[in-house]
Amino acid sequence: MAYKGKRINPQKFERGQIKIILILLPLVIFMAMPLVFIANHAFKPMEELFAFPPTFFVRNATLENFTKLIKFSRTSGTPLSRYVFNSVIVTVLTVGLSLLFTTLTAFALSKIKFKGRNLMMQINQLAIMFVATAVLIPRYLVICKAGMIDTVWAHVLPLVAMPVALFLVKQFVDQVPDSLIEAAYMDGATDFQVYRKVIIPMIRPAIATAAILVFQQVWTNMETSNYYINDDSMKTLTFYMNSLVNVNNTVAGQGMAAAATLIMFVPNLILFIILQNSVMNTMANSGIK
Amino acid sequence: MSKEKKPKNKIAKRENNKHGYMFVAPYAIVFAVFILIPVVLAVVLSFTNFNAIEWPSWVGFLNYITLLTSDEVFMQHVLPNTVVYAVAVGVGGYVLSFILAWALCNLTRIPRTIFALILYSPSMTTGVAMTVLWKVIFSGDQTGLLNSWLMNLGIINEPIIWLVSEKYLLPIVIVIGLWSSMGIGFLSMIAGILNSDESLYEAAAIDGVKNRFQEMIYITIPQMKPQMLFAAVMAIVGAFQNGLISTLLTGNPSPGYAAQLIVNHIEDYGFIRYEMGYAAAVSVVLLLIVQIFSKAANSLLTEKE
Repeated sequence: MAYKGKRINPQKFERGQIKIILILLPLVIFMAMPLVFIANHAFKPMEELFAFPPTFFVRNATLENFTKLIKFSRTSGTPLSRYVFNSVIVTVLTVGLSLLFTTLTAFALSKIKFKGRNLMMQINQLAIMFVATAVLIPRYLVICKAGMIDTVWAHVLPLVAMPVALFLVKQFVDQVPDSLIEAAYMDGATDFQVYRKVIIPMIRPAIATAAILVFQQVWTNMETSNYYINDDSMKTLTFYMNSLVNVNNTVAGQGMAAAATLIMFVPNLILFIILQNSVMNTMANSGIK
Repeated sequence: MSKEKKPKNKIAKRENNKHGYMFVAPYAIVFAVFILIPVVLAVVLSFTNFNAIEWPSWVGFLNYITLLTSDEVFMQHVLPNTVVYAVAVGVGGYVLSFILAWALCNLTRIPRTIFALILYSPSMTTGVAMTVLWKVIFSGDQTGLLNSWLMNLGIINEPIIWLVSEKYLLPIVIVIGLWSSMGIGFLSMIAGILNSDESLYEAAAIDGVKNRFQEMIYITIPQMKPQMLFAAVMAIVGAFQNGLISTLLTGNPSPGYAAQLIVNHIEDYGFIRYEMGYAAAVSVVLLLIVQIFSKAANSLLTEKE
């Protein structure tokens, strides 16, 4: 049989695909297993957590672990709701500011001509390869000097500038046809109006992608709580969750920690499922040329 | 600058529009304060002796000399571990994510989306949030999931204390690293493959491309080089950044430095021993290594015009 070619992104099911699914399936199961396990673990009652031999799936699902999680934090001085509140505030602020700053900059870098534009683009390109953990200490000094220790800004500001997000959004703004923007200028629009009325509506997928990236960074971030925040009541959910795992590594603690992990994971998953179309749309323009 | 007087103020002709600075200012300031200045500061501090209390004192290249000549932990454990980890998770994860992306693109939309979601989801939460999970699975007694399974299968007779074992620690960290390495670079590759020009595949088949492998080498990869580069950069950064896993699993330093990566070394000196000058020198070395690898990826994958 002659080779036909062109089977990327097939529209309908063919027998050849079964082979690929069969090869992929074990791997996909392996990748999914830890997450399925944690989801089961979180709902296990005490005797199943203690069970020997250990069980994978939950038999009698219960919310015990979640209620314990809430009760336990009450006894430890800072209530769980405080950590949740901190996490939500920090996340909303970071994602909001980051999207605003990133889109403004992406628009300017892509469509406005000014001196130093290329330089800034190159610096940002370099910064994609930036490893944040490498500058934990100098960052600490900066935050110290700025008087931001123990404030919400220590959580928010270091994560606002995300070079990868800017890069992706800028690539997307590049796709907006110049003629459209010129037409808006002809109608007397100001730069800001062009940004708000022309650019923003056209780059929604990229904004969604940037939102996901920033969200993932900030929602699970623990360095800030560990190093830049001393006041327990200013720390976030990730920190609390991790302290559960470390301090209370008994089997009972495991159930609570699993419940907490699930609480951390599910928002990520939901957000990605909702926005996955936009993400794939953005990634099509993600190439570095 | 009033717009009415210059109605033909076309975007392409606007040279040196000062408004540009206003637009980039917020990002640029945050970027400068939290990325640029810390990097510069790291470079400056790396030439000093600094304990976070007294004013840093200038020591020239002493930190770098110490790092290269007398830091036995770095040379015997940290550097080899980092190289092994970077090759396994960086290169291995990269190749794996390409193969998976390519396989997924041969499926129809629905199964592709479901599989991609499952493969991508571990990378969402990073190692940090997943600590408890791994602690349960690799728990050292017979209630540990892995121990229990292996004993059931008769592979081992008594439980292995995974997380204290110098023999298993690095492999465990690598498995976890690989597990969570199908991130944004992986998605980029899927998008790159899906968007490749379909007519080229037909043309190639006529021109004598005989199988899927040739098609991948001659048609798919050349078309998606920009995405390949993006994914490569993401893989490199991820491979060097991810040190937290071992700290969370076993503490810092890890038993016998078995899973000590360069990031852990920085943390060890910076936040445990408070030798910030030395830690800064290690940071600078790390940043340089990442840059060098990215440059290499760049020259491999950039289209020559």
